[in-house]
Amino acid sequence: MTGHDLYLLSPELSMAGLATILVVLDLFLGRKDLLAWVAVLGLLLPLGFAISLWVGLDRDGTGQMAGLFDTLSVDKFSLFFKFLFIGTTAAVVLTSTDYVKRLGRLQGEYYALILFSATGMMLLASTTELITIYIALELTALPVAALAAFMRDSRSSESGMKFLILSAISSAVLLYGMVWVYGYTGTTNLEEIARRIGDVGLRGDQPFGGYALLLGVVLMIAGFGFKIASVPFQMWAPDVYEGAPTPVTAFLSVASKAAGFAILLRIFYVAFPWEAMSLEWSAIFAILAVASMTLGNLVAIPQRNIKRMLAYSTIAHAGYLLVGLAAATSRASEGNLLGGPTGILFYLGGYAVTNMAAFGAVIAISNKTGSDRIEDFAGMARRAPLLAAVLTLALVSLTGVPPTVGFMVKLNIFGAAVDSGLTWLAIAGALNSVISAYYYVRVVKVMYLSPPAAEERVPSPLPMTVAVTVAMAGVAFFGVYPAPLLDFARTAAATLRIALIF
Amino acid sequence: MPEGFSGLLTTAVFLPLAGALLIALLVKGDKRVRAVAGIIALAELVLSVVIFVNYDRDAAGFQMVDRVTDWVGAPSLKIDYFLGLDGLSAPLVLLTGILGFVAIISSFFSVKQRVREYFVWLLVLQTAVMGVFTALDFIMFFLLWELELVPMFFLISIWGSGRREYSAMKFVIFTFLGSAFMLVGILVLYFSTGTFDMTALPESIEGARLLLPAGAVFGLLFAGFAIKLPVWPLHTWLPDAHTDAPTAVSVMLAGVLLKMGGYGMIRVSATMFPGVMDDLAWLLATAGVVNILYGAVVTMRQTDLKRLVAFSSISHMGFVLLGLSAVAGAASSVGMTGASLQMFTHGTITGLMFLLVGLVYDRAHTRYIPDLGGLASRMPALAVGFLVAGLASLGLPGTSGFVAELLIFLGAFPAWSWITAISATGVVLTAGYILWMIQRTMFGPKLERWETLKDPSPWELVPVAVLVAVILLVGIYPSIVSDVFRAGVDPIAQAIQNVPEVALR
Repeated sequence: MTGHDLYLLSPELSMAGLATILVVLDLFLGRKDLLAWVAVLGLLLPLGFAISLWVGLDRDGTGQMAGLFDTLSVDKFSLFFKFLFIGTTAAVVLTSTDYVKRLGRLQGEYYALILFSATGMMLLASTTELITIYIALELTALPVAALAAFMRDSRSSESGMKFLILSAISSAVLLYGMVWVYGYTGTTNLEEIARRIGDVGLRGDQPFGGYALLLGVVLMIAGFGFKIASVPFQMWAPDVYEGAPTPVTAFLSVASKAAGFAILLRIFYVAFPWEAMSLEWSAIFAILAVASMTLGNLVAIPQRNIKRMLAYSTIAHAGYLLVGLAAATSRASEGNLLGGPTGILFYLGGYAVTNMAAFGAVIAISNKTGSDRIEDFAGMARRAPLLAAVLTLALVSLTGVPPTVGFMVKLNIFGAAVDSGLTWLAIAGALNSVISAYYYVRVVKVMYLSPPAAEERVPSPLPMTVAVTVAMAGVAFFGVYPAPLLDFARTAAATLRIALIF
Repeated sequence: MPEGFSGLLTTAVFLPLAGALLIALLVKGDKRVRAVAGIIALAELVLSVVIFVNYDRDAAGFQMVDRVTDWVGAPSLKIDYFLGLDGLSAPLVLLTGILGFVAIISSFFSVKQRVREYFVWLLVLQTAVMGVFTALDFIMFFLLWELELVPMFFLISIWGSGRREYSAMKFVIFTFLGSAFMLVGILVLYFSTGTFDMTALPESIEGARLLLPAGAVFGLLFAGFAIKLPVWPLHTWLPDAHTDAPTAVSVMLAGVLLKMGGYGMIRVSATMFPGVMDDLAWLLATAGVVNILYGAVVTMRQTDLKRLVAFSSISHMGFVLLGLSAVAGAASSVGMTGASLQMFTHGTITGLMFLLVGLVYDRAHTRYIPDLGGLASRMPALAVGFLVAGLASLGLPGTSGFVAELLIFLGAFPAWSWITAISATGVVLTAGYILWMIQRTMFGPKLERWETLKDPSPWELVPVAVLVAVILLVGIYPSIVSDVFRAGVDPIAQAIQNVPEVALR
């Protein structure tokens, strides 16, 4: 390990260091409410390192910097995700303050676990080698399992247990898939895999011929399918989401999913690009996309618990994102190779601000009412005008109605599908947005039309107000002027191609 | 490629939104909210008149263009900020200005709860509609088209009556369904031609190889407009939404929101797909006659005053379809002018109808026709308004309704003589239900229970007077509006005439 490697890892290292500091600080600090601010301000450090890496990439003009024996690549693609994770983590920390107060003793640990998980995600976005991918994934998942069980009541424990077991199973499936790929190609480096597949071809003299590789890839898709909660690997999501502390749910629904897509994109762009082998993954992703969108949206309709509803909505959004992946891997996208990946990155960015706004408002409201049932949001327009407005805007954005970022990201991702000759998929996605309007609007209806159960105002603590206001501003601003986010996503996606062409 | 930035249209589109933000954030107290909303509405009215008067009907192309190229410049999504005005949109902008003013003034007295929110949403709605009529970038058009959903949902479900939540949801789901198809259609066009510029698209489509057959793209886009207009059998949201919406929102809904459908059909379907439009004109004519007759027959049977007016809108929108179907014949320009004039006149006439029904309901607290009767002697001014609206609606010469229907029949007859002849019976049916309705509510024996009813106050009559004046003015001197419309639709009709005869027919 050289100094350069340390520099490349600096965002992750500083994040992990920050987590450690928080645990230690927790022992000495009398005022526990300062921990959240320390965590948020501390995040400026990894942010600074990430910015400096970005600037460094611009200065060198190399496109990517590989390190740690080629297991790691710092490029704009991974930096995009690092920014995303840092931002999401900051929002999760800010919205957690009220929850954490109830924990009493373990506050430092709570923040530390979130930061450790975020470290894993940041690492995951940079990895270019199967074993490292696996390790980063575990680093991402294990803290979340502990976080999900943090409330120490029966539902939370169940949630943590479920997440732990299913995450272990999915990791096993993933690992098994990696074994087949390794057996076929004899390497774990993604670029090397692509090259070997190109050399050996699909038939080769391998045992089982091309099927070995196919099996490996399908198993890997299944493994990642669990991580991004796509149908048919979604069944853990509603239970885990419902039982976990709501900020952790938000973290799972935004950051965890983004991490899953980051690595899916990298693997399918670098290791299994269709140029190198005559298999199209597009069809698989398209089917998963339609199944996720439709099932997620339909099952969300009868939900009475807002966290469960948002869980199913998350499944549906995994479907919309898979539309982008289907477009990215489609043969017809040859002319515009960037459409799909740009769409996914843009979508993830827009989805992150939107969902953080939604979860922030839900957290603030249910902290006060002590209930996650949708009917208990009645009359919130009067009891908490700001939070109700934020939640409304977020739900409108999740539906995909302008002028919100949710519309722009859907427009872009459906556009990528149309451009790749998948017009039917775009139609399916657009129709699914119509279904989703039904259950999103229902929440708005309850907040604005039903009489409040109590007249008492619902206060929101300062960190919460900061978080939701920033998120809401993001939803509205990027809804009207999406150019900065879109350009950012495009620049990031472009480096993915550089990795491939090399 | 039209360029420039005059700022006039931008002001017209975003002034109500700015007013809404101002009211939402700064203005306290119901009285001040009303005053600010009224000032904004008046300014908007003046502005729309200025725009209409300044429109140069002899010059071709789009005027008063506001354009910022590459608002979003990514290759996967090139969106311009692009507003402009032609002969088709100028009168509709005027209509929006008039009805927006009418809606806001008439809400002063009828809306008493959650006043601030109400005017905020009403103003946002006006921005959306104004924007739809002037946007020339397809994404902007779509964005503003969808923007109208949120205010409409709140306006119907909070301040409505009857099954308002159901109606609001139905309205949202139907409209959203239509726009889902439309969005895909827009995307297909973009990725076939590389532009969202609605002024450049007709030409680009001609030369481009579309990703889907032109008929399919046409269908995707048309679905959105057909739901909005609405075309039978996609109309079922309309009676519910119109009936359960508060008065001013019914005025906006019937007056301008339905016109977004007709406007889209001309601006998009007819302009961008002249060939398909030509081939499918028989379908438009058939849909038109079904709308006219079905709407009229169902209207006959209504006992709720507001529902009656709502169903009559379906019938009247059938005339728009019939006018558009004239594209297959020699008098296509006449038919299209008639169709667009019908949109304008129906906006003022039905707007007036809903306004009056609202005034009756505010006083009598019922809209059930058999319960009403003899109101003319109690409320003479209101009865005069009803009479003007009714006679204009059935197309009496001297009112605006007559001119529009005449042009439509003149235009459609050369192409579809039988269908036009059948449609003309719709006029008779209209006369039937309108006169019968007026007879049952306004005239007949004086009823004791309505003895206490008084005519509306002068303030409440201001919006009524505005609309009556417009109806009579356009009826007596139609070319003030129709010439502008003709300037707008002539090139479109010409393009359809010039479509080479293909084997399909």
